[in-house]
Amino acid sequence: MTDGFDHVEIRTGAYYDSVSLMQVSAQVTGVPGVRVALVAMATELNLAMAADAGFTIGTTPGPADLLIAIRAADQPSAQDAVTATTAALEALTARRHQAGTMGPGPLAPAHTTGAAVQRQAADLALVSVPGRYAFAEAMDALEHGVSVMVFSDNVPAAAEVRLKAEAASRGLLVLGPDAGTAVIGGVGLGFANVVQPGPVGIVAASGTGAQHLMCLLDEAGVGITGCLGVGGRDLSAAVGAATTLEAMTAFDADPATQLIVVVSKPADPVVAATVRAAAATLATPVLLALLGEGHDDLSAVAERAVEMIRGSRPSWPVWTPPGPPHASAGAGGGLRGLFVGGTLADEAMVIAAAGLGRIDSNIPLRPGWALGQASGSEMLTALRRCAHWVLDLGEDRFTQGRPHPMIDPGARLPWLTDALEDPGTGVVLLDLVLGHGSHPDPAGVLAPTVAGTSVPVLVSLVGTAADPQDRARQITTLTSAGAEVFLSNAAAARRAVALIEGSRS
Amino acid sequence: MTPSQDVTPAPRTGAGSPSPVSLHGLLTHEPVVVTAGAELFAATLRAQAVRTEAVDWSPPMGEVTALDRVMADPRREGANQSAVARMLAAGAELVDVRPAREALGLAPDQFLHAGPPLAWERASGPMRGALIGAAVFEGLATTPEQAEAALAQGQISLDSCHHHGAVGPMAGVISPSMWMFELSDPVHGGRAFCSLNEGLGKVLRYGAYGPDVLARLRWMTDVLGPLLASAVRRHGPVDVKAILAAMLAMGDEGHNRNRAGTMMLLRELLGELIESPAPTADVAAAVRFVAANDHFFLNLSMPACKLATDAARDIPGSTVVVAMARNGTDFGIQVSGTGDQWFSGPAAVPDGLYLGGYGPSDANPDIGDSAITETAGIGGFAMASAPAIVRLVGGSVSDAIGATERMYEITVTENPAYQIPVLDFRGTPTGIDVTRVVRSRILPQINTGIAGKVAGTGQVGAGLVNPPAECFTAALDALAAAAPTWVEE
Repeated sequence: MTDGFDHVEIRTGAYYDSVSLMQVSAQVTGVPGVRVALVAMATELNLAMAADAGFTIGTTPGPADLLIAIRAADQPSAQDAVTATTAALEALTARRHQAGTMGPGPLAPAHTTGAAVQRQAADLALVSVPGRYAFAEAMDALEHGVSVMVFSDNVPAAAEVRLKAEAASRGLLVLGPDAGTAVIGGVGLGFANVVQPGPVGIVAASGTGAQHLMCLLDEAGVGITGCLGVGGRDLSAAVGAATTLEAMTAFDADPATQLIVVVSKPADPVVAATVRAAAATLATPVLLALLGEGHDDLSAVAERAVEMIRGSRPSWPVWTPPGPPHASAGAGGGLRGLFVGGTLADEAMVIAAAGLGRIDSNIPLRPGWALGQASGSEMLTALRRCAHWVLDLGEDRFTQGRPHPMIDPGARLPWLTDALEDPGTGVVLLDLVLGHGSHPDPAGVLAPTVAGTSVPVLVSLVGTAADPQDRARQITTLTSAGAEVFLSNAAAARRAVALIEGSRS
Repeated sequence: MTPSQDVTPAPRTGAGSPSPVSLHGLLTHEPVVVTAGAELFAATLRAQAVRTEAVDWSPPMGEVTALDRVMADPRREGANQSAVARMLAAGAELVDVRPAREALGLAPDQFLHAGPPLAWERASGPMRGALIGAAVFEGLATTPEQAEAALAQGQISLDSCHHHGAVGPMAGVISPSMWMFELSDPVHGGRAFCSLNEGLGKVLRYGAYGPDVLARLRWMTDVLGPLLASAVRRHGPVDVKAILAAMLAMGDEGHNRNRAGTMMLLRELLGELIESPAPTADVAAAVRFVAANDHFFLNLSMPACKLATDAARDIPGSTVVVAMARNGTDFGIQVSGTGDQWFSGPAAVPDGLYLGGYGPSDANPDIGDSAITETAGIGGFAMASAPAIVRLVGGSVSDAIGATERMYEITVTENPAYQIPVLDFRGTPTGIDVTRVVRSRILPQINTGIAGKVAGTGQVGAGLVNPPAECFTAALDALAAAAPTWVEE
């Protein structure tokens, strides 16, 4: 005989399946003081098991009888266990009588891109996982028959080449890696503005460049059939414009597209020649806009596109604060550019350098104008020594471990505060990007810092009237704080140069 | 007639049919988008009222460089398609019942066991118990102590069932005198073997080796095996795949529930058994034995599954799993693209319900070749078809459906022959893909019995278990090593 108190009971006329009873046994074993609980139909196997465990069963029950064998530390614990058994069995019975709830509930989300594509019969994937993991997801999307936009950056060039070869073999498209913007079938992906449908197809190797272009076109009443961001490396020698060429062909096959605009930073010369040659074979006219020194700025590209569609050149709106406009720059005379869009920063520098000369930057026009690898307060000190400087705050060194300033405009505030306090400052030039993905109220974040300064603050606004941020309110917020607002980034840069040159003369 | 029907639609203009180069019409309609990564981008799509599914993404298991290399392998997709095509095409017919010495050519001192190869020193309690029992049963020892000594001294050679075209449930010990089901794949010509099922409780495969266990084995050898052999030979090939297909519609999943399958097998052979010249008492005993053992068909389900997965073996570049097996110590998998190499990790203790007074502390780690059923897409993968057993882990019917739904995420295809009624007759998830496992972090779901960890105990419960993740990350590394170089790493 074993230690403790044994309770053995046979209940007749109560059949439960063995699985349910195993659950009951497990439940009752959890009652404090219980050492062994065997709640089972009295089959030979179970009776033998009870006997093996040392229980004494007086009667000879049958397999339709319920055996309850409990060994507890003492009698009250055993009684608790019997009570718990009864309750568990009653719950089982109650569950039997419940209305059927069989059938699948809402599905848990899929864990891989391909599984989700298959489940939704999707036709596009947007991958923004950390760059080192992006290849597998993008490949999976292609294998499941859909084009993929890879927002992720830091994807190796070889991976990009492999993905684009795979896409080409399947009649699909890989946008990116490092593609920030696309508009497909009227849907904005990544960072994208709400623009009207129309006749222009945009192929862009620059995210903010594409956004700027589509906003200018929209302002001039020219909509787009789509915007395909191809990634900043697509026109490199390694990638060979794989996506650009596919995207141009796709727009050419689309009857609604009357003009294709290809926007890229300076491309590999051989690749640029390939793109030009391909453009010449298409039925749709192609406007190839390579940005950078010696080339048209984005506003000029937009003007040419509008002229090709509508026959007349547009002009771009400027919104000024109440009161007389600034006649000259601040006494320091230095240009201070704080951008969230790399292409916009680059364009501003190209325009400003033509008038002002050297502009130091983290994305310099000339190698000798580079700011070095300093960051934080060291960077602030370094900037104070520069006559003119422009920062791209969307560059990697500023976004390590924190959101891009398009998502978190507050990231720009310390730099802006310092620039406004800097006696060397003549003009502050900012961009402000609206649209899907951007902060809901970027002007509201910047305005309190801008307000009250005597230095001219010029804002190049990338946005449309239909963007979710309410462009009119954004403009009012900025002008009320004393800032001048430009829809053309080039116009803002020219105004900055004019103010600085005006105060020199 | 309503007035609107008189209105002639405006002639359609513009687009027409999309050209093959126009990206499957992507530019001309609102896309359905899947997002992986930043929730922000899913939110902006939802704000535009675009149908969107945000992937529940997390970094993959194992080395991402290995994953990339395997994902970039241009052979992979085609190899996997051909692996699963062969898996689905494989047939399974019971063609004979023979002693293992004959069927597998086992020498008198040669035993097979479940799982990856295992030496006596590392064998768990139930594996030792089963080997001891088999040694006594074969007359290689007269007492368990003698048997243990013989095994410890290496007097009996041990090898994996899988290395001999065989599978064995739980300890899976096959000794020369045991009678084997012999199955044939008429499509690819494969052969697979499995012993006869002993029933539940104290049985050899759960590590019990008492006199009653050995007496039952002797009866199976003297009476049941020959009776089944004569019945099968007179009946002609029994279509096991057809029974599997039918039983899934009858609440079985082919691993932990084989009740309908057992009845169908018996129905199939009953005439031939009755016509047997053997004594009526023997025939009646055999019929009662099979009828009383809901798991009898498991030993046909398993070799049928092995025929399917064996057909998918040795396809260069394929990441499809062709075996999952446990020896009570290690859990091992084999992959089509890496030949006979085992990728192993420590076997886990199943999570389940226990018989009588047993509890988790009495349980041995996962054991048996029966995970071949999951490898072929049934068992735990077809849990949705067996609502009667889902409560093994305190689950509900929707949990069972959820388990099967998850398995679709790690498999290459669906088996149109094995359908799940409650999922609108969707085919079972088939062809576990190593890359999908490491990417989703979803491990295969296995339904299993639980053996007592002390030799001689027998079954203590049943429940659910997963393979250790390292089986899949190790397989991934080997697949990467076999893949062509594509990028400087």
